[in-house]
Amino acid sequence: MLKSRILENKLSSLYKAGKIVGGVYLGRGQEAVSASLGTALIQGTDFFAPLIRDQAGRTAFGEPLIDCTRTYLGSAAGPMRGRDGNIHRGRPEMGMPAMISHLGAQVSVVAGMLFAKRLQGTLAGRVGATCVGDGATSTGAFHEGVNLAAIENLPLVIVVANNQFAYSTPNHRQFVCADLSERAAGYGIQGHSVDGTDLLESARVIRQAVELARSGAGPQMVVAQLLRLSGHGEHDDGSYVPLPVRNGHYGRDCVEVAMRQLVDHQIATVDEILAWQDQYAEEVQRAVAQAQQEPVPDPYREVWSATRTQFDTQSI
Amino acid sequence: MSVTYVDAIREAQETLLREDPRVFLYGQDIANFGGAFKATKGLAEAFPNRVFDAPISEDAMIGLAVGAAIEGMRPIIEMQFADFSSIAFNQIVNQAATHFYRTGMPIPLTVRLPSGGTPGSGPFHSQSMEGIYAQYPGLIVLTPATVSDAYHMLIDGVALDDPVIFCEHKFLYRWLKAKTIHGDRLPIGQARIIRHGKHATVVAYSAMVHEAVRAADRLVQDGWEIEVVDLRSVKPLDMDTVLASVARTGRLLALGEAFPWGGVTAEVVSRVCAEGFHLLDAPPQRLNARDTPVPYHPKLWAAHRPTPESICEALRHLLSF
Repeated sequence: MLKSRILENKLSSLYKAGKIVGGVYLGRGQEAVSASLGTALIQGTDFFAPLIRDQAGRTAFGEPLIDCTRTYLGSAAGPMRGRDGNIHRGRPEMGMPAMISHLGAQVSVVAGMLFAKRLQGTLAGRVGATCVGDGATSTGAFHEGVNLAAIENLPLVIVVANNQFAYSTPNHRQFVCADLSERAAGYGIQGHSVDGTDLLESARVIRQAVELARSGAGPQMVVAQLLRLSGHGEHDDGSYVPLPVRNGHYGRDCVEVAMRQLVDHQIATVDEILAWQDQYAEEVQRAVAQAQQEPVPDPYREVWSATRTQFDTQSI
Repeated sequence: MSVTYVDAIREAQETLLREDPRVFLYGQDIANFGGAFKATKGLAEAFPNRVFDAPISEDAMIGLAVGAAIEGMRPIIEMQFADFSSIAFNQIVNQAATHFYRTGMPIPLTVRLPSGGTPGSGPFHSQSMEGIYAQYPGLIVLTPATVSDAYHMLIDGVALDDPVIFCEHKFLYRWLKAKTIHGDRLPIGQARIIRHGKHATVVAYSAMVHEAVRAADRLVQDGWEIEVVDLRSVKPLDMDTVLASVARTGRLLALGEAFPWGGVTAEVVSRVCAEGFHLLDAPPQRLNARDTPVPYHPKLWAAHRPTPESICEALRHLLSF
């Protein structure tokens, strides 16, 4: 989560310097939850469909930093080759599908990946996970996907990061239940709630949900309460977040909380954390520099075909 | 013994399940019930754990198929009616259709759309969606008009690495019969001249091919010889065959059952104008359904879609220039 924070701070600077075209979407304030999920999953075995604010989870799952910088900076060498940008990236062949912008749509896709493994007889011990925000829980796709996963009894973990604002729209214009985890009961699946600003708690609850799914207990829904500590994107100053909310409990920075927790629990020393910061800043700098030096896509050499199949017919 | 169009679709799925372990079927009421149109009758019993009843969740059905295709399967999804695919529109056009271009990994799923009108079906069980899906890059849109094509094109479509929208016409399900499913087999992407003529070309697809042939039969008594081209697939669109036919006849009527604004017939006319304007002896004509929802009452329905009478009228107009 620290590496992700340093990377995203750099992305924000690049955006403000006009070096990134399109949007920059940060996971600031959501790193504890995202990283907890990423570390609970096993790359090569599990599936992970990240959403817009999951840089920390992507990094923890094993996505190299260069995939991020190449996609943001439009390098032709990146996984999306300039055909898609920013957080719309993935490596489906490695169990990490590329998100589309339409919210809730990845829930059923991960369910389908797991369903395939069941048909192939290799589902045992495997988990799929996806993240959504509070806004996505209002979509039909979310409902259909969670319900289908429940019917098929798939080992799917749905992490809902309730950051209290869908773009600018507050929770009370999105839902009226007291806690989104109540919805789990309606689907007949297990629900979990956690303070998403608390790394140790997030790691514990999310790992528990992942292991429950892995052991055959069916879909799990984890609702993490937190606050997005940036705008929707870097074009947005987030000024619609009322000051009392910003200054409230969930307005605390999960990265700072996590650092204190590591020191207090003697998991790491202050010097170690400072050394990590230096090391990660170096890694981020290298990933940015490399992506910036690489060629951008060439419209004259682009293969303008959206299908693998090529027909003899003269026209499409 | 004769075989119907829906039998051919059932047979094709049986063949696919038998020969390709990657294939599975997912759709509403398709397992033990055998599907609303019995297109999967007996398949759940014959192929345990390969044919699944879906919840009424069209969006999630296609999402599941996309995920399964990523992991190496070849799902065939039955929409109970083409009209309901509007609920799955996002997963089809944004998830499945963009995936190959964005990531380099193709999504070999097939969506079966029971399409088109039948008497009494009304606004929400009668639609023709081929033009809408053909508009989106990344999809292959098939519109078989014959029993043999229904069989072979489903098999050939599932073999493609890309997402396939398979528009099967409900009116043809039981009405259209053939002696065998193993008729003249053409590759996907090639249109078929279903009737030769020299005075005008009708370009049609799906059920409208048969209405065009009826109209052409009637015009024989007036001395007109009408050529009928069955597009077979609307994407890809075989313009070679269309232009060659127009070169012979000099006159074009593009015929479709979908709504009139845009769509396949507009595409055919615009391409013939752009690529073969010099071949035309008369302004090319289009004939489609009317610009209203598909009505319920059989008398209204019959007048909403093109009929042999309205096709003859359009052809006489075309031939009057």
